[in-house]
Amino acid sequence: MTSSTKAAIVGIGESRVGSVPDRSALQLQADAAQAALADAGLKMSDIDGLLTTPVRVEHWNMPCGVVAHHLGVKAKFLSTVDLAGASGCGMIHQAAMAVASGQCETVLCVAGQNLLSHGSRAKAVKSMAEGGSAHPQFEVPYGPLVPSLYALVAQRHMHEYGTTPEQLADVAVTIRKHASLNPNAHKRELITVEDVLKSRMITSPLHIFDCAIVSDGAAAAIVTSAARARDLKAKPVHLLGQGYGLRHSHIGDTELTTTGAVDSGRDAFRTAGLTPADVDVAQIYDCFTITVIVELEDLGFCKKGEGGAFVENGRIGLGGELPITTHGGLLSGGHPGLGGGFFHVIEAVRQVRGEAGARQVKDAEVALVHGNGGVISIHCTLLLGV
Amino acid sequence: MSEVIDRPVPVPDAATGPYWAAAQEGRLVMPRCADCGKYHFYPHPLCPHCSSAKLEWTAVSGRGTLYSYTVVHRAPSPAFAAEVPYVVAVVELAEGPRLMSNLAGCAPEAASIGMPLQVAFRKLSESVTLPVFKPQ
Repeated sequence: MTSSTKAAIVGIGESRVGSVPDRSALQLQADAAQAALADAGLKMSDIDGLLTTPVRVEHWNMPCGVVAHHLGVKAKFLSTVDLAGASGCGMIHQAAMAVASGQCETVLCVAGQNLLSHGSRAKAVKSMAEGGSAHPQFEVPYGPLVPSLYALVAQRHMHEYGTTPEQLADVAVTIRKHASLNPNAHKRELITVEDVLKSRMITSPLHIFDCAIVSDGAAAAIVTSAARARDLKAKPVHLLGQGYGLRHSHIGDTELTTTGAVDSGRDAFRTAGLTPADVDVAQIYDCFTITVIVELEDLGFCKKGEGGAFVENGRIGLGGELPITTHGGLLSGGHPGLGGGFFHVIEAVRQVRGEAGARQVKDAEVALVHGNGGVISIHCTLLLGV
Repeated sequence: MSEVIDRPVPVPDAATGPYWAAAQEGRLVMPRCADCGKYHFYPHPLCPHCSSAKLEWTAVSGRGTLYSYTVVHRAPSPAFAAEVPYVVAVVELAEGPRLMSNLAGCAPEAASIGMPLQVAFRKLSESVTLPVFKPQ
């Protein structure tokens, strides 16, 4: 028996997302956890496992212990998952493993923080540039922003494959349109390709609308045994397959246009016995517009170098050939740090349950979720289905 | 001198001290494996090609080409505000390894992938010198 037949996602929840200055990181996580419990029809006393991620706004020694204690979880299993932006995907797989092993029966996965309201936006930018993905000795002294590290990828991709700023902008426009259909998204006003190209140049070729936003918010999901899932009110969503990938730790010493998503995607499809053609909706990690183009190539939805053309003409929008990131992602939906990629998981569950409302992909049965951490460094891909 | 104090500077450690000491002397060095002969960068405790621990800091030519770049228009912190727009580059050395750097002696609009480059040294303070790259 594989973890996919032993465990299921039975509850999902989100806090308010956007500017939420009246909630701390733990309060946001509690809001998301309570929403997920209500969705599942469970109580906190039913939870016996907890997974979470580190936060940036506070120093938590052993984050899983801090969160479990403050949410009142009596944990038989707990751990802090740190795969940077891939943590959301990683938590689901690791929860399924914990349940399949018999160590615990029902795991709460929760992540998020008040990244926007904790301090100024300028403080968040400086903190991410100096304490984030750039090498402290060999990169930070040269003055890259976090977006600069992805701009290096974009510039090289444009050089090798002729990808254009308009194609990058297509990604931002499509994902903003999806956010406009999500009542809990942070940025919902529609934008055009021209708006993106006229927006402030941050680090060439990336404009501000090519970059993720900074938000407050948290998300939660509950994973339990397939036996218990049958007695609960929500339609169980199964983990059909998963994969991990890592090809570098820092962007300055690597190949820029092919990533560990090749490996995570291949293993996810292999473990699920599926192919990219079986995917009805793909929640692709979208910290920058270029990230989406490279990931679509590496996951096998198109050939290397064809990602720019793939995102044109509405192909990745609702009603298109492969709708992606239907909640609005990190570019528009919300990005509260390591919890950001977890919203992609929540949206995938909604889609395969058929509960995505105005942004529902018709007859969605198989959803792919992809998380990327560092600078296209560490990858985790999930395939989910009912 | 507050700009230099605020600017993030490398803090050499046991693994990187020889690199920064060489930069102070105007030399670019890279870890090279005594077993397989290959270079790598950034420094690993074990050779990424053959897992050997016999690594030696070896002087390299300082010649390379521009592998990718970005022109930074928004400074990451006030320490860089006076320098925008500036080029953050990835340089591919003739010996193989790649590294991040800045372009010097080159207008941002003149940067072009593939352009030949030569290392130069920018002294930030008495104790810190950064390798940067100029057009050949």
